[in-house]
Amino acid sequence: MRREIPLVITSVVGIAFVIQYFIPHSPFDRFEQLFSDWFFIIAACAIWLGALNLLKLSIIKIQKKKKDWQYAVIIVASWLAMAIAGFAGGRDFQIPGTGFDWLYVNIYTPLSATMFAILAFFVASASYRAFRARNVQATLLLLAGFLVMMGRVLFDDILFGPFVQDFTPLSDISSFIMNYPNLAGQRAIMIGIALGTVSTALRIMLGIERSYLGGGD
Amino acid sequence: MGFWNKMLMIDRRWIFLLVGLSLLIPMFLSSDFKLSISDEVRGIFDAMEKLPPGSRVLMTFDYDPPSAPELQPMADAAVRYCFKKDLKIIIMGLWPQGPQQAEMSLQRAFEVPEIAAKNLQYGVDYVNLGFQAGNEFVIQRMGTDFKEAFPKDVRGTVYEDIPMLKNVKNFSNVDFVFNLSAGYPGTVEWVQIAADRFDVLLGAGNTAVQAPLAYPYLGGGQLVGLLGGMRGGAEFEKVTGFKAKATTFMLSQTFAHGIVIFFVVIGNIAYFMTRGRQE
Amino acid sequence: MKTSTLLALLLLLLTTSAFGIIVDEDTTDSISAPVSMVTEEAVRPQPALNVIGKDTPNDNGGSIQVSWDLSPDDAKGMVARYDVERKPVGAPDSQYEVIGDATAGGTSITDNYPESGKSYVYRVAAVNFAPTVAGGKVEVTSFSAESAPAKASAQWFNTNRTVVLIFAIVLGFLILWYIAQAKAGKELFIRRIAGLEAVDEAVGRATEMGKKIFYIPGTQDMENIQTIAGVTILGRVAKLAAEYETQLDVPVSRSLVMVTAREIVKEAYLNAGRPDAFNEDMVHYLTDDQFGYAAAIDGMVVREKPATMFYMGAFYAESLILAETGNSIGAIQIAGTAMPAQLPFFVAACDYTLIGEELFAASAYLSKEPKLLGSLKGQDVGKGLILVVILIGVIIQTLGVYDVQSLLNIVAE
Repeated sequence: MRREIPLVITSVVGIAFVIQYFIPHSPFDRFEQLFSDWFFIIAACAIWLGALNLLKLSIIKIQKKKKDWQYAVIIVASWLAMAIAGFAGGRDFQIPGTGFDWLYVNIYTPLSATMFAILAFFVASASYRAFRARNVQATLLLLAGFLVMMGRVLFDDILFGPFVQDFTPLSDISSFIMNYPNLAGQRAIMIGIALGTVSTALRIMLGIERSYLGGGD
Repeated sequence: MGFWNKMLMIDRRWIFLLVGLSLLIPMFLSSDFKLSISDEVRGIFDAMEKLPPGSRVLMTFDYDPPSAPELQPMADAAVRYCFKKDLKIIIMGLWPQGPQQAEMSLQRAFEVPEIAAKNLQYGVDYVNLGFQAGNEFVIQRMGTDFKEAFPKDVRGTVYEDIPMLKNVKNFSNVDFVFNLSAGYPGTVEWVQIAADRFDVLLGAGNTAVQAPLAYPYLGGGQLVGLLGGMRGGAEFEKVTGFKAKATTFMLSQTFAHGIVIFFVVIGNIAYFMTRGRQE
Repeated sequence: MKTSTLLALLLLLLTTSAFGIIVDEDTTDSISAPVSMVTEEAVRPQPALNVIGKDTPNDNGGSIQVSWDLSPDDAKGMVARYDVERKPVGAPDSQYEVIGDATAGGTSITDNYPESGKSYVYRVAAVNFAPTVAGGKVEVTSFSAESAPAKASAQWFNTNRTVVLIFAIVLGFLILWYIAQAKAGKELFIRRIAGLEAVDEAVGRATEMGKKIFYIPGTQDMENIQTIAGVTILGRVAKLAAEYETQLDVPVSRSLVMVTAREIVKEAYLNAGRPDAFNEDMVHYLTDDQFGYAAAIDGMVVREKPATMFYMGAFYAESLILAETGNSIGAIQIAGTAMPAQLPFFVAACDYTLIGEELFAASAYLSKEPKLLGSLKGQDVGKGLILVVILIGVIIQTLGVYDVQSLLNIVAE
């Protein structure tokens, strides 16, 4: 029964979701909203599972002085600081002027922006390593990459601007690449993904794919 | 070890250093440059240009501070342009920090003398409905009833008490939707639900990474236009007449792209030189 | 009478008349009223024409589409807006109420407030503004003729989705057909997927080096099908790790994923005959925040230097941050995602990448289970069918034989 009940629930809810997509009449029009609300409620409650798990593991690491336990101190301190600031702020904990908002604006936001900014450097090092003209396809990839990179910035103005007015071949080629080969490739990948999604969903709904429940079939 | 072998194995920190300098130094330079306007950007501008005064524009801020360098200039230009054309703006966000980013755009817009002179009123000329959890299901709910998705605005005012929303029940009462997106939920969800199911007129601004994903929808007519990355923001600033950060940062981006291209070329030369020797 | 006297009298008369125009209306109605009526009539627009109320198709009965033809004066700029009013049918004492408005040039709105089972009639008021003598503005309105009654009703089938239904039925049939074929013992060929062939090698490498395997099941929650595919593959990898006695670390970004992944890893260790080696802290939660998660994993990777990294699931901007950090420590990296925007980053930074549907095929590929292979075959045949339809449509459209796009539009509407 431990596996049969979840399978039945999965099948019933999956089929209900499929049906409601085609039938606008009541009560089917409320299914999607109802089930999604349930999911979000469960997910919101489940956050505590994760948060407390993180706290527990960090405290154990500190207690037993495991390798790199100092980082666990930072985790616990940050966890408690944000949680206390949030609860202390009451219902309006997010409004400017609260402790939570100060932590958000002055610590969390710059840290997030820094991590995102690291991408600029990683793109450069990954490109340096990956863009090698090893064969015909790699060379085509390299050329397309060059043209789009140059077309998306001011190379037209720098290279041709002093000599010819309104001459923007790099921008035009870049636009062509984005609107035709890129678009075709994106559509092809999206069609493949959609088919894979349908097939996986069908397997899950019919109980053919059960490994997400744990273990073998 | 030969020079080209060394180049092949170059420590990535040299690359990081040069990329960092190529981004930093141009920020202290100034330059006038021409920028051609692409069809994707022109599509959004033309759609907004056709809206008569008093039309309602729903602006969705689906991004957070890390994506703000690319998307905030687009938001600023769009808000200013809407106010310049006397369009009414309904603001919302599917990301928690989105509405806060919107407030920044509003504040910047009110600093423009032409717009400040209009003495725009909250609740009459613009409103911020805030963030709502639920991802694409919020869009679904808005298709039926905005009030169900946003019972109150960010200031706590009940939906029915907001003058400009008096006859706004759902998407059919909105003239244009402009989505600013950095990922999920974002443009794809707006296309799949708002544009596809509710026939909304939709334009989008995306980060450079997300923009290629939106081209199929542009080609299919589900999007009237698309602003992609810093370039898209700079073009939109130019076409709306509000040159700001996106235009300024284009020079840094140009140098950075140049450095990446330089290293890729060096890497390929090193590859061929060392491969020749091995053979 | 002298001319000068006549002129003076005429001047007096004109002055008095002028004075009469600017005097307060309350005391000189008879003078001002004719002037303002003339002004209002001059700017009153002609009414809108042909007002029609129609039930919105393919909905749950919650709206009525109201459309009209523009007032002939709209093009002259004499219409500021259109107010749409409705009145319930069969209620003699009811009045018209405004339910919406459209700007000049607008020809339709949706009435989203009809009560179930009630019929309504509609009329449209073309509105303009006339100047008042006090310098203000007053609305001048022309009402259209009443529409025929309209009632909102719910439909049992959304005809916009007919094409989707047909494709869904065909695809579903193909998948089930090939599953049946596979169950009946028919051998099904599946091409080699390099990334999946390398899973054994990758786990073996970690075993030889005595280092960990890091498995990242994406950054989205369990409602995302890629996450489900990711944790499915985790089960296979965990079984291998249990058999080879290799350390496995699964840091996750969502609590529900943590719970699910724990069960899967536990079952995998049980099936491998190594339940004693399982520790529930192998699967642990870090944070929901995208960059916080990336930063935490980067830190762990740089300090612990795992030999093998798996990235299987849905990723966003953190994909390159994770993959490049893994590359910097020399780990063997196998990635799989159906996020088109992140695929180039994984391809650039990882040793093997499962592209799009290869991620969904992984479960079937690794298990070689006939039912799962059968579904893959059905999916591929479905894709072939779509390719043929696209090709035929493109040829027909290009040759101008028939406007295929309009056919799709008709079916869609």
